[in-house]
Amino acid sequence: MIHPIPPGTRDILPDEMRELRRLHRAMIEVFETRDYGEVATPSIEYDEVLARGDGRTAASAYRFFDERGDLLALRSDMTVPIARLVASRYADAEWPLRLCYLANAFRAVRPQRGQMREFAQAGVELIGAPAPAGTVETLDAAGLDRAVIGLGDADLYRQLLTELEVEGEARDAILERLATHDLVGLEVELSQAGLAAEQVDTCVALSQLRGGREVLDQARAIGGAAVERATARLGETFGALEERGVAERVRVDLGLLRDLGYYSGAILEVYDPAIGHVLGGGGRYDGLLKRFGIDLPAAGFALYLERVHVAQMEESRREEPS
Amino acid sequence: MSVQVAGMAGAKADGPLKLAVPRGALLAGTLDVLDAAGVDTAAVRGESRSLIFPGEGITLVTMRPSDVPTYVEAGAADVGITGKDVLLEQADRMVYELLDLGYGRCRMVLAGRRGDESLGESQRRLGMMRIATKYPRIAERYFESTGRQVETIEVKGSVELAPLIGLGDGIVDLVATGRTLEENDLEVREEIVECTARFVANRVAHKLRAREIDELTAKLREATAP
Repeated sequence: MIHPIPPGTRDILPDEMRELRRLHRAMIEVFETRDYGEVATPSIEYDEVLARGDGRTAASAYRFFDERGDLLALRSDMTVPIARLVASRYADAEWPLRLCYLANAFRAVRPQRGQMREFAQAGVELIGAPAPAGTVETLDAAGLDRAVIGLGDADLYRQLLTELEVEGEARDAILERLATHDLVGLEVELSQAGLAAEQVDTCVALSQLRGGREVLDQARAIGGAAVERATARLGETFGALEERGVAERVRVDLGLLRDLGYYSGAILEVYDPAIGHVLGGGGRYDGLLKRFGIDLPAAGFALYLERVHVAQMEESRREEPS
Repeated sequence: MSVQVAGMAGAKADGPLKLAVPRGALLAGTLDVLDAAGVDTAAVRGESRSLIFPGEGITLVTMRPSDVPTYVEAGAADVGITGKDVLLEQADRMVYELLDLGYGRCRMVLAGRRGDESLGESQRRLGMMRIATKYPRIAERYFESTGRQVETIEVKGSVELAPLIGLGDGIVDLVATGRTLEENDLEVREEIVECTARFVANRVAHKLRAREIDELTAKLREATAP
């Protein structure tokens, strides 16, 4: 007899579990050898605590009342619970603090798309280390020796639009187009915001710049104070990555925007050429801990473990002679 | 030790770029634009019934226009061409829309039977209209944004049929010349959005095969420049 489970959830059977466990152990070992201590937090928290992180984008899709009538929520990522944990448990710690996790989180899914409501993430959080050293360290700690990493700047367009005096709804519409990378729509929105044709071209061209260090020079040639600041920040991070000898795996990408509202400065995404999906991502979230009462810079990074597993399988398939 | 997430060696951005080509109404225009952009389309124009046409730098894969976002989002095709109507209807597909190619121009419209007031009457007396369409999401978004309530009825085939035999008060459909509407005694009541062919890319391919995709985008831009 078949008893259903909710769409977007799944059972894991021994063959897959064995491989997943191997992956889990390898991940945690990498994090631990780099001095990141593993933590676990409850899957359910008070809704108002999680909403502090970023009510708009990180809000939980699953909320319910407990026996006392308090509103609880299932976490939608681990960064916000760890910010809560650091503020309550490590207020007097010596900085920087290095934590890692391997945990399930929960998100709403769109119907018929094979998306998972419950998914496993492995990640690191480095608290109290400013950019760029902190960003570089988290990248290194993720142990991504072979994947390709996109490096962008979350503040670039916010500052650029302020510089161009675009505000309110027009600003939101433009950022939305940038996030979804709808270049046709972006051009329309920029023009409607009253920008000159030349400024429109600049913004669109900027979002298409991606590649190695040369991208920073190309961006600088486009000009403007916001671009100058962003390229300076990116240049510093990139320089530190070069020193560690990992720069060749990093693509600077000025079109990169992540949808989580708490990012500031450097943002990262991990790609695998074998699959068309993003394996994970992260970045700096210097303002997040302040919302929990301690004002410290921070950076973090998480990988979707199921996708990493898929990528590993694709890899081994390609390596086998067919 | 480290986690071997994936090998750049084994999974290098390998092989020719895969371009999803829409069959149907957009096919002729697409092949012309590709020719102008220096992509060899002779094989697709031939008699062959195969779906995949390997080429030098680019492999062409032909499919239904509405499947293009699916293949491109999943990375099975790196880039593709499809109508804006398809992209609007499947707005939740994460693909990068890089270029308006300008051809395949048509309008998404609300149409009703000529001289028939059932759209207005249903709206007034029932508080909502019943709309037959192949584009339920575009229709729902449009009526929501104009503050009207509708019941959308999704049909797969010739949607013009629906209001003629009493399925719904009107239709939301794509109109190129307007002849089909005319022949079925229907008329355009409202224009929703204009649609043209668009060039889209997979988000990971857009990063990892940046040079090839940028080059193709530039050539397509040139080939379609007004």
